[in-house]
Amino acid sequence: MSTLTAQAPAPQARPAPRVVVPARSWRQPVVLWVMGLLSLVAFGVGSPGGTRSTFGLSSAGQVLQLPALPLPSRPTALVLAVLGLVVAGVVTHLVRMRRPVSVWWTVGFGVTFAVAFLVWAVADQEVSLVSLLRGSVFLATPLVFGALGGVLCERAGVINIAIEGQLLAGAFLSAVVASLVGGSVGVYVGLVAAPLAGLFFGWLLAVFAIRYLVDQVVLGVVINVLVIGLTSFLYGQVLVEDADRWNTPGRLPRVEVPVLSEIPLLGPVLFDQSVVVYLMYVAVVVLHLALFRTRWGLRVRAVGEHPKAADTAGIDVNRVRFRNVLMGGAMAGLGGAFFTLGSVGAFGEEMTAGQGFIALAALIFGRWSPIGALVAALLFGVAGNLASVLSIIGSPIPGELLLMAPYLATIFAVAGLVGKVRAPAADGVPYRP
Amino acid sequence: MSAAVTGTPPAPSPLPASAPPPATSFWHATALPSVLSVVMALAVGAVLIAVSDDDVRAAGSYFFARPGDMASAVLSSVLQAYGALFRGSVIDVGGSGVAGVLGPLASTMLFATPLIAAGLAVAIPFRAGLFNIGAEGQITVAAIFAAYVGFALQLPPVVHLGAAVLAGLLGGALWGAIPGVLKATTGAHEVITTIMLNYVARFGILFVLGTTTFQREGRADPISPPILPTATLPKLLDFGRVNLAFVLALVAAAVAWWLINRSTTGFRLRAVGANPEAARTAGMSVPRTYVTAMALAGAFAGLAGVSQVLGSERVLTTGISAGLGFDAITVALLARTNPVGVVAAGVLFGALKAGGLTMQATTGTSLDIVIVLQALIVLFIAAPALISAVFRLRSTGAGVGQLSKGWNG
Repeated sequence: MSTLTAQAPAPQARPAPRVVVPARSWRQPVVLWVMGLLSLVAFGVGSPGGTRSTFGLSSAGQVLQLPALPLPSRPTALVLAVLGLVVAGVVTHLVRMRRPVSVWWTVGFGVTFAVAFLVWAVADQEVSLVSLLRGSVFLATPLVFGALGGVLCERAGVINIAIEGQLLAGAFLSAVVASLVGGSVGVYVGLVAAPLAGLFFGWLLAVFAIRYLVDQVVLGVVINVLVIGLTSFLYGQVLVEDADRWNTPGRLPRVEVPVLSEIPLLGPVLFDQSVVVYLMYVAVVVLHLALFRTRWGLRVRAVGEHPKAADTAGIDVNRVRFRNVLMGGAMAGLGGAFFTLGSVGAFGEEMTAGQGFIALAALIFGRWSPIGALVAALLFGVAGNLASVLSIIGSPIPGELLLMAPYLATIFAVAGLVGKVRAPAADGVPYRP
Repeated sequence: MSAAVTGTPPAPSPLPASAPPPATSFWHATALPSVLSVVMALAVGAVLIAVSDDDVRAAGSYFFARPGDMASAVLSSVLQAYGALFRGSVIDVGGSGVAGVLGPLASTMLFATPLIAAGLAVAIPFRAGLFNIGAEGQITVAAIFAAYVGFALQLPPVVHLGAAVLAGLLGGALWGAIPGVLKATTGAHEVITTIMLNYVARFGILFVLGTTTFQREGRADPISPPILPTATLPKLLDFGRVNLAFVLALVAAAVAWWLINRSTTGFRLRAVGANPEAARTAGMSVPRTYVTAMALAGAFAGLAGVSQVLGSERVLTTGISAGLGFDAITVALLARTNPVGVVAAGVLFGALKAGGLTMQATTGTSLDIVIVLQALIVLFIAAPALISAVFRLRSTGAGVGQLSKGWNG
């Protein structure tokens, strides 16, 4: 008995404290060099010579039409690969000088790698860059909402693995409500209903995590299973029986923002989207400002980092957490409306298909900040959309392997580039005043 | 004392974290809350069944005129559904012959088999402070390995079966070891990596079944040639599909119990799970323990894959893992990560699945209700305070408690 507890605190065995020099981690430079060389060899040298990769730059409805951009495949890919290697060199230098490496270097490298890949994959073909990017932003939307839901919970110190379930619940309720209301108003009523479903499962998470002190990871998994079971059950018993009544929600129309959508390239990508996407922009900006620029945000972060200190300063820790988990659930639920009202136009069993977990990865990859989550989600969006576009135009890689790409990229990102992340210090630790 | 330092522990010394709270009996701390949780889950399930029943909704439309109709419709829908659940999982008194009466029990055993094996795959890493959500992928990869040996090689009977089983265990262990290695070397969180590897495996099996090696000749859909008879797990009874895998799963549970409670490896696992810092100070290698735990988990999940592909299905399809990896999480949680408990929880969930199929066939109640029941059971068990409040009990045991570590763990 107590073999460990007797051995564990052995302070006398430790050397005297001295000035700590942070250890240099060569992981990131190594990963970047390997990927950079891969890009150089596979996409640069590997591109067939004499072919062009053509990118369309305008959508049909725009006033100002840009001509399609034909790029010589091999030189372009080579230049991009070399740029990537330059970034790798800079990062190596920064690490050697023990200087902090901004996450933007990583992002920049990712862009060169992705574009080099794209140039290689569409050699001798034409792809509309506008629809590729527009689709990426569209696909990133539920990931952003899910990750923001996670940010709200985890910044206050409650782990939210239940994003998947909250998305699915939002998708289900928004479809049912929109169908019951019907007409052109229906979809908007459905959009309002979606966060309520997320709110309910956020409440469940909050009650069990905060009041009953249930392990939060366990709880998240259970809520996911519960939502999958509930929605599949009701889908099979009710929705399928009378689909006209219960499961014809319609779709949110694509709304073109008058002036902004005329901006070359970016206009149609960002401002010719569904209403859900515009809500996503607003949510990211508002949450980022609120979290880092307001008194509320300071309190939330205090509760997530050091609840005891926050408590001493007069903040009701568990109340802040409870509210934030509710808000987080609602946020993720709103994202669920994307699947039914934004994308498919009907509810289907388990239609979120693991997007909640990708959102979780985006949350971690984005280091628990709304902007970071947005960038990470966009990367996943690009990877996902690229896979589907390339499988349509036909590419050298089998479709199944392309579909794997976003998940492999996540593993790579989390293991190779992010590694040991630092979550809010009290994340997942219940607080007992 | 010095045992922990040299790495050869005295046999069973339980760590403080796993020690039961004193002065509470097994019945009061574990069994009673579990039973009550099942009762409460069934009660919630009954509401769902009633609400979604056509007759009940029809009677509900004239509720105020004749409330008795509504009550009897509710009662009959729930009784019929749960009656079918029981008939399909335990014993069918009205069945014809031995196969008819005991068939349900056999099918419970069949469904319990992979749940027990995969449940162990989740329970063991929990002891080391790791959350393995990747059993699904591990099952898939193991099934691919076992299937390949099972249909592509020509070997003498017993050798062939042994080789196929071992290939499956190896495949699972390899796939399971990946998140362990990633965590040990880069600190990547296993929750993320195991989830992602599930997707990689899901698309991987699609890819594999599209290759000429794996796709059955003359078929366009993703299906492998049938497993050769020399490599299939023999059936235990002359009815149903229950096979040797059930025995293997029980053996696996015994091995897991020995491993956790009696072996040096298990001691290290529990030490790292209880306090990695202390384990490191005591001279244990935390990274190596992570890899061991995950590889072991993969091997247990591999057994589930083997039981699917060599036992019940006898062919490799894309749906071979059938969500078992996720059911396994609820099994492990219900068992509170105890290998013996995993057998009990696996049998319970196997029974729910077997009964659910009968229920779906006879009363039309969707099988998905079983998923809801499973989630609710685990939810209620994890919150003993809720159960005590509802049933006005003296405070019960500690519940699941804090099994996992946060992102920083």
